[in-house]
Amino acid sequence: MSANLSAVFYLISGVLFILALRGLSSPETSRQGNLFGIIGMVIAISVTFLSVGNFSTGFLYVLIFLIIGGAIGSFIAFKIPMTAMPELVAGFHSLVGLAAVLVAVSAFINPEAFNLGTPGNIKLASLIEMSIGAAVGAITFSGSIIAFLKLQGIMSGAPITFRGQHLLNALILISIVVLTYLLCASQSSSLFWILIGVSFLIGFLLIIPIGGADMPVVISMLNSYSGWAAAGIGFTLENTALIITGALVGSSGAILSYIMCKGMNRSFFNVILGGFGATEQSTSNKDKEQRPVKSGNADDAAFLMKNASSVIIVPGYGMAVAQAQHALREMVDTLKKNDIKVSYAIHPVAGRMPGHMNVLLAEANVPYDEVFELEEINNDFANADVAFVIGANDVTNPVAKTDPQSPIYGMPVLDVEKCKSVLFVKRSLSPGYAGIDNDLFYKENTLMLFADAKKMTEDITKNL
Amino acid sequence: MIMEIDPFIFRLSIFILSIFVGYYVVWSVTPSLHTPLMSVTNAISSVIIVGAIIAALAKYGDSVFSTSSLFGYFAISLAAINIFGGFLVTHRMLAMYKKKKKEK
Repeated sequence: MSANLSAVFYLISGVLFILALRGLSSPETSRQGNLFGIIGMVIAISVTFLSVGNFSTGFLYVLIFLIIGGAIGSFIAFKIPMTAMPELVAGFHSLVGLAAVLVAVSAFINPEAFNLGTPGNIKLASLIEMSIGAAVGAITFSGSIIAFLKLQGIMSGAPITFRGQHLLNALILISIVVLTYLLCASQSSSLFWILIGVSFLIGFLLIIPIGGADMPVVISMLNSYSGWAAAGIGFTLENTALIITGALVGSSGAILSYIMCKGMNRSFFNVILGGFGATEQSTSNKDKEQRPVKSGNADDAAFLMKNASSVIIVPGYGMAVAQAQHALREMVDTLKKNDIKVSYAIHPVAGRMPGHMNVLLAEANVPYDEVFELEEINNDFANADVAFVIGANDVTNPVAKTDPQSPIYGMPVLDVEKCKSVLFVKRSLSPGYAGIDNDLFYKENTLMLFADAKKMTEDITKNL
Repeated sequence: MIMEIDPFIFRLSIFILSIFVGYYVVWSVTPSLHTPLMSVTNAISSVIIVGAIIAALAKYGDSVFSTSSLFGYFAISLAAINIFGGFLVTHRMLAMYKKKKKEK
């Protein structure tokens, strides 16, 4: 296949990838979008086979390795529980990063195969692109591994900080630039290996100081990195499909990071520097401990809801931890039978990754047109009779609007307190991720339901 | 006189324009589909498998396996995990998004 023809096909698959993302603008078109993505991938892979044109034994091995990977991937995709999506995505990012490193290494060892010159005499531009691809790929790999371990709970979510951390990171980042420069000047393979090693190290060091609560930002950020790594390799291979995809994924991850940061009211820089949650714990907890709260049982809750005409559910990650989403949907079904209007309010950082809560509700057969984002539903709280907060905490804290001293001041929150009455399902009065007390617990119209989320929801359903 | 333009500049143009396309396309993605967005971007960024295939099939001496092709084969498997896993898990998620049933 001629180089021009294959370039046209790569362009087509790049366009199909754009359409794949475009499809996600609404759930109706999303499945078609995914199909476009698959077609684009099939075209890209087939064209590569045809343009290499080497159907010898090697081709057979390629198919074998492809099938092995495909089987593992499919197995994981079918087995993974929806609550574990953040871990899965982090794990997948690490694979993209590692693949980028491997391709860069292979191009460095055997540049003739990629038409980049000969070993020891690689074209300067290619060498720079290769180094960028390898370095970003390595950072993505080790960073994603740490994110995966933290999300999976193998590694503690607490930020790991030490003195001189920022200085060390800055020095390593500078050394990456210097190494790239030296590598271009000398073409030395040992420098290339050192560059990759140092990049692995910095990926690791960049993510360990970031706390568990900030993981939604970290995942989005690594998503972006994996895109830039792909684009770097795309330049090396002079492949349009890879360049287009890299740019798409890179900007997609960057936008998601921005949205997540905004949802948590943190600056991107602040998240990257890390250490949140380690220092601010002890500030505001002391004087508020003894305030009275009203607590109730499933009977009271059922009574309140039965007499309501509209109920808004505010789910948080705690609901997923308690596996209460199906019980919740059953409760809502019963409410709807009694002609009570029910909707769901989702805060941007309700799950552990962007959009996570929507997936969990969809899995529990909640129709997506009953689920609303913060801006869409926030005005409705004032007209609703009951807000049912289950597994959420910080995202409902009115302190974010009233107390400029609070660490979460300015964070967008759901105006739950404007409801006629608030039912708050929680196991205890302990503070949430941000480590601060929730004023909502002590409001006149709040009824605390101290129980496991799943059990409480089931009990309420029985009493309805 | 017609000046030669370095092909790099063409690729750079594609890259920059794609960033803008990505920017606008991603902002139009509904927030409720942000998780599928991440899994599908994961799958498509594994188009890096193209590079892995070239590396694996490159002629390098007589044997099928050389150092550089081994890296390629390994990268093929990694990318394939992502491609199959990414598209399938996206499909699984999207299949769950349902509209309200018409009542009565």
